[in-house]
Amino acid sequence: MTQVNYFLTEEQQMIVDLAWQIAVEKIIPVRAKLDEAEEFPWDIMKDMAQADLFGLYIPEEYGGFAKGCFENCLAVEQLAYGCIAVTTTFAASALGGYPILLFGSDEQKARYLPDITSGKRLVAFGLTEANAGSDAARIQTTAVEDGDDWIINGTKQWITSGGEAEIYTIITMTNRNKGARGATAFILEKGDPGFSFGKKERKMGLNASSTRELVFNECRIPKDRMLGKKGQGFIIAMRTLDLARPGIGAMAVGLAQAALDEAVKYARQRIQFDQPIISFQAIQHMLADMATRIEASRALVYSVARTIDAGANDVAKLSAMAKLFATDMAMQVTTDAVQILGGYGYMKSYPVEKMMRDAKVLQIYEGTNQIMRNVIGKALNKEYAKK
Amino acid sequence: MNIVVCIKQVPDAKTVRFDTEKGTLVREGVEAVINPFDFHALEAGLQMRDTYGGEVTVLSMGPPQAENALREALSLGADKGILLSDRAFAGADTLATTYTLAKAIEKLGPVDLVLCGKQAIDGDTAQVGPGLAVRLGLPHVTCVSALSVLDDGKTMHLRRVNEDGYDMLELEMPALLTVLASLNTSRLPSLKGKMRARKADIPVWDAQKLGAEPGRIGLAGSATQVVSTSLPTFEARQEMLEGSAEEQVEALVFRFKEAGIL
Amino acid sequence: MLKVDTEKCTGCGECEEVCTFEAICVQDDVAVVDQDACTLCGICVDGCPEGALEFHGKEILLATDLNSWKGVWVVAECRREILVPVTLELLAKSRGLADELGTEVTAVLMGHEIESRAQELISYGADRVLVIDHPELATFTDEVYGNILTDLARKERPEIILAGATAMGRSYIPRVATILKTGLTADCTGLDIRAEDRALLQTRPAFGGNLLATIVCPGHRPQMATVRPHVMRANTPDPGRKGDVIRVLPEEDLLSHRVQVLESVKEQAEGPNLSEADVIVTAGRGFEQEKNVNLARELADLLGGTVGATRAAVDAGWLPGRTQIGQTGVTVSPKLYVACGVSGAIQHIVGMQGSEIIVAINKDAEAPIFDVATYGLVGDVKEILPLLIRNIRKERGL
Repeated sequence: MTQVNYFLTEEQQMIVDLAWQIAVEKIIPVRAKLDEAEEFPWDIMKDMAQADLFGLYIPEEYGGFAKGCFENCLAVEQLAYGCIAVTTTFAASALGGYPILLFGSDEQKARYLPDITSGKRLVAFGLTEANAGSDAARIQTTAVEDGDDWIINGTKQWITSGGEAEIYTIITMTNRNKGARGATAFILEKGDPGFSFGKKERKMGLNASSTRELVFNECRIPKDRMLGKKGQGFIIAMRTLDLARPGIGAMAVGLAQAALDEAVKYARQRIQFDQPIISFQAIQHMLADMATRIEASRALVYSVARTIDAGANDVAKLSAMAKLFATDMAMQVTTDAVQILGGYGYMKSYPVEKMMRDAKVLQIYEGTNQIMRNVIGKALNKEYAKK
Repeated sequence: MNIVVCIKQVPDAKTVRFDTEKGTLVREGVEAVINPFDFHALEAGLQMRDTYGGEVTVLSMGPPQAENALREALSLGADKGILLSDRAFAGADTLATTYTLAKAIEKLGPVDLVLCGKQAIDGDTAQVGPGLAVRLGLPHVTCVSALSVLDDGKTMHLRRVNEDGYDMLELEMPALLTVLASLNTSRLPSLKGKMRARKADIPVWDAQKLGAEPGRIGLAGSATQVVSTSLPTFEARQEMLEGSAEEQVEALVFRFKEAGIL
Repeated sequence: MLKVDTEKCTGCGECEEVCTFEAICVQDDVAVVDQDACTLCGICVDGCPEGALEFHGKEILLATDLNSWKGVWVVAECRREILVPVTLELLAKSRGLADELGTEVTAVLMGHEIESRAQELISYGADRVLVIDHPELATFTDEVYGNILTDLARKERPEIILAGATAMGRSYIPRVATILKTGLTADCTGLDIRAEDRALLQTRPAFGGNLLATIVCPGHRPQMATVRPHVMRANTPDPGRKGDVIRVLPEEDLLSHRVQVLESVKEQAEGPNLSEADVIVTAGRGFEQEKNVNLARELADLLGGTVGATRAAVDAGWLPGRTQIGQTGVTVSPKLYVACGVSGAIQHIVGMQGSEIIVAINKDAEAPIFDVATYGLVGDVKEILPLLIRNIRKERGL
């Protein structure tokens, strides 16, 4: 049967093959164990590093491959077919790395990017706080200048790869009076004095990823850790998220594809009333909707990623659409997959219940889907105001 | 360290089907892959090179499309790939195969280590490694499951697995080893490796290039001949026990009692 | 290359029928060869009723006068001074072959302080035993064992040499065959004599046991084969049987070797030895997680058996490699074989199909394991096994 042709180049196909091989050979065999043990997938991170995946988006001068958002989406989609908890850890590294790539000084890039490329050091991105989630302007972590240093105080919450990563890009308040324009980004390193980690959170799903607090108590760092300009923090965060959100969409596509595959496989072999349940239209229609939504999401995610790579400015709306549509789709598809597997679907010995638990986070993190709708809505208002 | 790894392209066991009527292999839709054991031979070679320096050359005898296997080996990090391909090599048994491989290795110059997988999953002979060692005048060890090199950089300590345990062996390079899957975990290809492999030049050596005697290669150089093939038959005697899990288990226990097992 | 004599070819299609590789087909009433697909295996050449197919470029090697090679040899293998079962199985088989050929069976016994085994070899069917006893042979090295066997074969010129397809046999017998420049067929499961030309017909599994190939070695001697253990049956020994024991002193230059044995370690297998167990409970992929394998252990303990593994279970790290049953593992034939969560890949089936009673438990009713099972249960092993364990305990009053 013909599949949609996305006209991948030979190199893009290589990236797909490589990420697929990791998903099949390295992730799928251990995903249930990692989930149950809530274990951080260090072995798989090493495999990804060995395969050069951490350097996809990094320029060649720092040892990377100078690929774009699209190639990143291709890799993430395949990895997510295996497990989105593992993939989130991988994607978080790009989320933490983009600010350095986009806004770092030459010196900062030279200092951090080669280690990020080689996978020697993982990166994390710290924006969220207890009282600042969707409303990022309410950040309470502060950075105050003190001679040649900055002193940071506050707590970041639910930080992916917290405690495991070596490098952290965080957003702080340097001038509360200016609101969002008073935010400034910094690069922190594990081991900086006064920088510690809170307890590891226990979650509904996404268990193989580490989610922790970053605690800054009179944390003193040198001046050269400031990322971009003073007051640029919020812009840095938004630009980073605009680039990362199609990746979340791609993750949703990979996850949903895995759920669909399980559901079809099961429906073909499960016999009830003397026939495989896939012969019942009730099941067929569910599967048909699942497959169609997946393909539509994939097409949207790929198109947005390619638009970004073509150099488009102001991609917030498109990014939000890719994330919103694909992640809502993944929630529905994984839920339907559990339904098709019936009692077996609800059991831990089948993989779909984990997929459903994991899927929920996609609608929440990197901006809730309600915020995505806000972004899209605001953009529409702006667009039509100009017409 | 000059390391040669011999690999074979084999039909992917997952895609092989058999025509039960004709008793033959169905070629259509069969994908070719690197023999699984050979990945571990390659990994052993790459680890040696990474530690002691030198070069890993991968050698494969086969049809022109075996070039793909060599490219895959290059994507994993091998330095060079050479394809031994010639219509005249076809039909080779292990005697002719080891002759051909030996001619190629001699042409490469002095080697420290020749590595092969324990056996190929299509022929399952496990004879090419030991036979090749004889041709090259090297000592060999089969079924290696652990390997270390002493400080002198040429004495190896090896674990050879047998039916009731293992032997610890010592030998000096140059030597030939055939390795088990348990020796190591094969690495993944890297993106850099894949890009390099795509563009790499893979020389093809034919019989003339090897200076091989026509009577010692391929079918002409083979001592054995296949006279017939058939599919194994299994006795059909199945009884599917019926009912719920409980009912099936009860039926089984009843039959165990009948058979005197319980 | 394979040529079709278009004058002789009648387009009967016999060649197309027998070709394993779909390399020949009849078009417009004449056979056409796909030279890229053809592996020159020769099946069609022998199968053509018109003699219309032949190889071009093949030199017929008749390097030796075939008839000057006589006798069937069995290379005996001792493990810790005890003859391994396959040696005894080979003696029984050789006895039959030698009788058909009108020749004798010679056993070659290498080792140190093993001469007492010579009579045992005779009692199992050998007419003659060549004993090579030397301290250098106390531990096995490929080079020394290979050199001595090669030297003996050159001097005595046997027409057939058989050895067990054991770790040892499969390691050094290929050395011998290569030095003697003769054919060697690996891991045979059947041996016969072709009456018209005394050729040894050697049948062996290929493609992971999916295909059986019968192989001959027409132009070279000796005809050599390694034979899979536990496939043939040993004779009941006759302690009164007479034979010749001939001591051979190895020449010094045959005794040098470059591989040194530092240590020989015996590893205790889990429970009774797999190949000797009466009951084997095999764990496959269907267990899904390592902890569930305990169910197989519990059932095996209850039935006085041992646990085997499929390749998937070994690859997953649930069970050690030595417990693997099948093409690349051990071949077993217990009285009761319980395949739990085993799909029944042909590679596995060839290693256990000789079992007397086969019970298969699998949640996929279509799994090929059910084709060879005596009793099939469809269900999840994690549900069935606890029930089975409970019912057996109840039967036993436990």
